[in-house]
Amino acid sequence: MREEMERDERVFVMGEDIGTRGGVFLATDGFLQKFGAERVIDTPLAESSIAGIALGAATSGMRPIAEMEFADFIWPVFNQIVGEAARVRYGTNGGLHVPLVLRAPYGGGVRGGLYHSQSVESFFAHVPGLKVVVPATPYDAKGLLKSAIRDDDPVVFLEHKRTYRLVRGEVPDEEYTLPIGVADVKLEGSDISVITYGLMLHHCIEAARELAKEGISVEVVDLRTLRPLDEATVLVSVRKTGKALVVHEDTRAVGIGAEVAATIAEKAFDRLDGPVTRLAGPDVPAMPFSPPLEEMFMLDSKNIADAVRTLARY
Amino acid sequence: MGDGNPDIATLKSPANKVGAIRLDAPRMLAMYTQMVRSRTLDERVWLLNRQGKVALMSSAQGHEAAQIATVHALRPGQDWFYTYYRDLAVVVALGVPFKEIMLGYMAKAGEPFSGARQFPCHGAYPKYHIVNPSNVVGTRIPQAVGAALAAKMRREGTVVIVYFGDGAASTGDCHEGMNFAAIHKLPVVFFCENNRYAISVPLSKQIAVSNVAARAEGYGMPGLTVDGTDVAAAYEATAEAAAKARAGHGPTLIEAMVERALPHTSDDDDRKYRSREEMEEVKRRDPLPILKRQLEAIGVLNVELDARICEAAKREVDEATEFGEAAPYPTTEGFYDHVYAPQGGAPSP
Ligand SMILES: Cc1ncc(C[n+]2csc(CCOP(=O)(O)OP(=O)(O)O)c2C)c(N)n1
Ligand SMILES: [Mg+2]
Repeated sequence: MREEMERDERVFVMGEDIGTRGGVFLATDGFLQKFGAERVIDTPLAESSIAGIALGAATSGMRPIAEMEFADFIWPVFNQIVGEAARVRYGTNGGLHVPLVLRAPYGGGVRGGLYHSQSVESFFAHVPGLKVVVPATPYDAKGLLKSAIRDDDPVVFLEHKRTYRLVRGEVPDEEYTLPIGVADVKLEGSDISVITYGLMLHHCIEAARELAKEGISVEVVDLRTLRPLDEATVLVSVRKTGKALVVHEDTRAVGIGAEVAATIAEKAFDRLDGPVTRLAGPDVPAMPFSPPLEEMFMLDSKNIADAVRTLARY
Repeated sequence: MGDGNPDIATLKSPANKVGAIRLDAPRMLAMYTQMVRSRTLDERVWLLNRQGKVALMSSAQGHEAAQIATVHALRPGQDWFYTYYRDLAVVVALGVPFKEIMLGYMAKAGEPFSGARQFPCHGAYPKYHIVNPSNVVGTRIPQAVGAALAAKMRREGTVVIVYFGDGAASTGDCHEGMNFAAIHKLPVVFFCENNRYAISVPLSKQIAVSNVAARAEGYGMPGLTVDGTDVAAAYEATAEAAAKARAGHGPTLIEAMVERALPHTSDDDDRKYRSREEMEEVKRRDPLPILKRQLEAIGVLNVELDARICEAAKREVDEATEFGEAAPYPTTEGFYDHVYAPQGGAPSP
């Protein structure tokens, strides 16, 4: 963000506690000092207006980055982002467009309870006109965020809170971007394709390393973008392995897994030698607070390895 | 039911004070005892957080006078309390046992508000008429208005009080809820605990005027700002608002000026956005010594009595801590319960 704000004067950030405090996760630490209060706006506590104001600024030639303090508080924004932003280009017949980024920390496993743990991606990924990006590594986050800021359409940019602290990775200082809508094979393998994103990527890789010792070769595909979905990368992988497991933290029914599984079933049916399988969060309304209950909700590498073993038997 | 617009002038005029409900000494002492108990528990939980035994704490320190006073001005057992995360002293004043509160902080089995599914004191405790459904700021304001609508429809004579911060006052939900309540003259008290911060965002970036209560006029209801470190001021304002509400004269917006003595939560560090000089001033407005001095001045509290109150509070907190530590975590057995009504259960009447 810092580099993009230096590069392009139209870029500015707005959200709760992002100024003096530098954001609750310190994503904008030092921004106020560097860019001033006009481009680093501490907003009132009113999410709907954060998105609506960003939308208006975006259609007027600016490139706002609007921040939700936690994805759990994104729902008032649904109206502005799903109801409005996604439809502006289409509804004005190309007359206006909305180059805005809506950043939101999401996901659980952080003792956040019902309201600081939610996965919100499938609600937004359903919407034509929006792009939904879910980086899992620091390297991907930088490259994808730059692309999101430069994108001419609204991008919902979801950052898993647990990856902030858990995952450390090399981030080159120099300029690079990564294209939105392109998945990444994070681990090559030949027996089974595991398709995932976000925090679960790291659990999947751990599981794959464990399974390698048992002679099961797992290919791990990181979707990175949920809309547009990179069908090609998924299909190339599944055609190679013949087996697909989709893993996500979000609850199962009508989730991203359903979309990926349907795509595979439609387009790689002839190459499958096992059921396309979903492993996802349990269908309860949100992640509970108490440790045993939270653990019950969160998938880990063990659950994933078990699911791979079951599928590998076909 | 009154007709026409609420008479804001009456509420504000000194004449209105003549019949005002006054706080008496025994009640003040009861409030003091609750304040000591709440503070003792609050400090202990903060410590337990630092020891890694409590995942998260949002302290009520500095808000207690206002919170406790409102409970005394209402009718526990009849009226409904829509609390938010900073309202520990409301929960204490309503009589929830410390052992049960501690189960919440430690996320242990048997936690009464949510079965340890939520943050401490979040969920609901119907027995005490406490509703605090979520961590989401502002959402409970229209919900409380809905509860007041139901109370009016059922002609119960029940009042609903909803507590929220200065930050929450900026939400669309707040505006929409207040507007509806005023239109329908609903029996609800909007109680804004204004500590001039929403995490790090100061009041000047929240509203362009100096007080949240100034808005009331725009909705057509009385609005007043009181010193929230003074139990009498908060008590009298709330009692009056409750009486009005119960008589069918509609809602009141009360803004209690309070201090947030600690960082936003145990996860926050306020040194980045609050000067130490400012925090010294906050200490001077600590409601606990203020009430203590008031009670000493009227001869209701002396050193021995104070020592007994503090000792009892410490014992109660010690016992609750031991109880909480010994309690097991919930099992995962009921993990899928209460997503919907139980299978085969009869629809409610
Ligand atoms: C809708 C929503 N947005 C953001 C948050 C994150 N958040 C939690 S508390 C808080 C500040 C609230 O301040 P205020 O209403 O003044 O209450 P205080 O904590 O000062 O008592 C924020 C921004 C939230 N919980 N809900
Ligand atoms: Mg506040």
